[in-house]
Amino acid sequence: MLCDVCGKNPATVHLTEIIDEQMNELHLCEECARNKSAAMEQQFGLSDLLAGMADFEKPSSNKEEEPVAVKCLACGLSYADFKKIGRLGCGECYLTFRKYLAPLLKRIHGSNQHIGKNPVKTKVAVKLNKKKAGLPELKAQLQKAIIDEAFEEAARLRDQIKEVEARLDKE
Amino acid sequence: MIKNKMKINDLINHTSEWLKGTGPHSDVVISSRIRLARNLNKFPFPHWASKVQLNAILEKCSQAMEKVELLKNSTLFLLADLDSIDKQFLVERHLMSIEHTQKTEQKGVLVNDEENIAVMINEEDHLRIQLMQSGFNLFEAWEIINGIDDTLAKLLDYAFLDDFGYLTACPTNTGTGMRGSVMLHLPALVMSRQIERVLAAIAKLSFTTRGLYGEGTQASGNFFQISNQVSLGHSETEIIENINGLIRQIIEQETQARQIMLTKSREVLEDRINRSLGILKSARIITSQETIELLSMVRLGSDLGMIKDIDRRTINELFIITQPAHLQKLENVKLSSDQRDLKRADLIRKKLNLMSA
Repeated sequence: MLCDVCGKNPATVHLTEIIDEQMNELHLCEECARNKSAAMEQQFGLSDLLAGMADFEKPSSNKEEEPVAVKCLACGLSYADFKKIGRLGCGECYLTFRKYLAPLLKRIHGSNQHIGKNPVKTKVAVKLNKKKAGLPELKAQLQKAIIDEAFEEAARLRDQIKEVEARLDKE
Repeated sequence: MIKNKMKINDLINHTSEWLKGTGPHSDVVISSRIRLARNLNKFPFPHWASKVQLNAILEKCSQAMEKVELLKNSTLFLLADLDSIDKQFLVERHLMSIEHTQKTEQKGVLVNDEENIAVMINEEDHLRIQLMQSGFNLFEAWEIINGIDDTLAKLLDYAFLDDFGYLTACPTNTGTGMRGSVMLHLPALVMSRQIERVLAAIAKLSFTTRGLYGEGTQASGNFFQISNQVSLGHSETEIIENINGLIRQIIEQETQARQIMLTKSREVLEDRINRSLGILKSARIITSQETIELLSMVRLGSDLGMIKDIDRRTINELFIITQPAHLQKLENVKLSSDQRDLKRADLIRKKLNLMSA
């Protein structure tokens, strides 16, 4: 089989492209495959992709505010920098840009509520888990209740969260 | 932990734990890997940090790791001390990423003696902790790495928020900071041309498929690395369960495809497998791409019991030691691509003929 692109060399690389759920088979020689993969990287770098997504995330109620100018006080990275390089500058950036990152994280992961492990309160969380669900689980349940418009359940969870938070503060 | 206690050259005569070819479903699953991305509070992420800050991060992280029981017998390699072959060598052994070989100042990689734990310092995040297991074994990998992470969390102040979880340089890793990957060998799905359908399904389910060497590499020799894309909004165990569910289905499909080939076209399959072995046993010049493709067939032959005198571990080892940097380390000289193709053929011939003698 000859290469689909140059038609000269034998095809040794077999690629499957999926564009808009349409599958496309490509048979390429080594050289054309290398060129193709370089071109793909150029077109579709992760930072471009993230930057593109970040663009969608301007909160509509805040149109007068230009998020690109906002800078993280801890590390000096601006939202424009983030859009350009696709990387945050430090942990503090997540607080500085929270308003824009929350919807962005939701687009990437389908959620912006962490329910995995926790570095600080590992022990406390385990203790609580034995009696009741831990804080992250409760918060996730609350989110779900709000989405499902189960307001009675949401109120109950809200109170439970307050109770757990108060207990954590004491401890 | 002693810096450079184990010399990089000692690694070459050592078989990584995950290459042993044991563990559940090791006829289809080569290895299972979990990696955690972690960052220190109050320090910029590596790409945004100054040299002084990077040094402090390297220092803090390596000091903390000295106190972790499971990392007692390990070696910290400073990337700035390594030449390009050494760095490539570590990549070929799956101990670090290709990205980690670039701009190497203030970068380190910690490797334990069993070579199943590797921690990159100052890669995209301050810490990238990885654990590799032979076979289909993500939960066991998670239990071990979770313990290491708990100990480190007591010694280091991690960047973490209750709602966003572990904070990472790239928002695609935020949350659990966890990526679970399973390396699969799927020759029957490739040969029966069903792999396109499988890969399309994987992409729709928000998992990623990569080649042998992670991000940006092409799948070759019927090897596919499948990992989760989503790291936020699910607990670590949920993410692992999701991957496991998908992998179990793929294993089943591959096993079925192998059975169908065995019943419908046994002779053709036997011919292909034995021709591959024949070439490997007698070639005088061979590229690394051809080696991977032929070894893939030999591995299938061994898994199906068609090749009895060559075990899985030897085949797994050959995949690694025939890579460019490994060949040069073995010969202890720089070799051009043509010279490598000669040496590679030599090495494979010797190893395989020794086994069947």
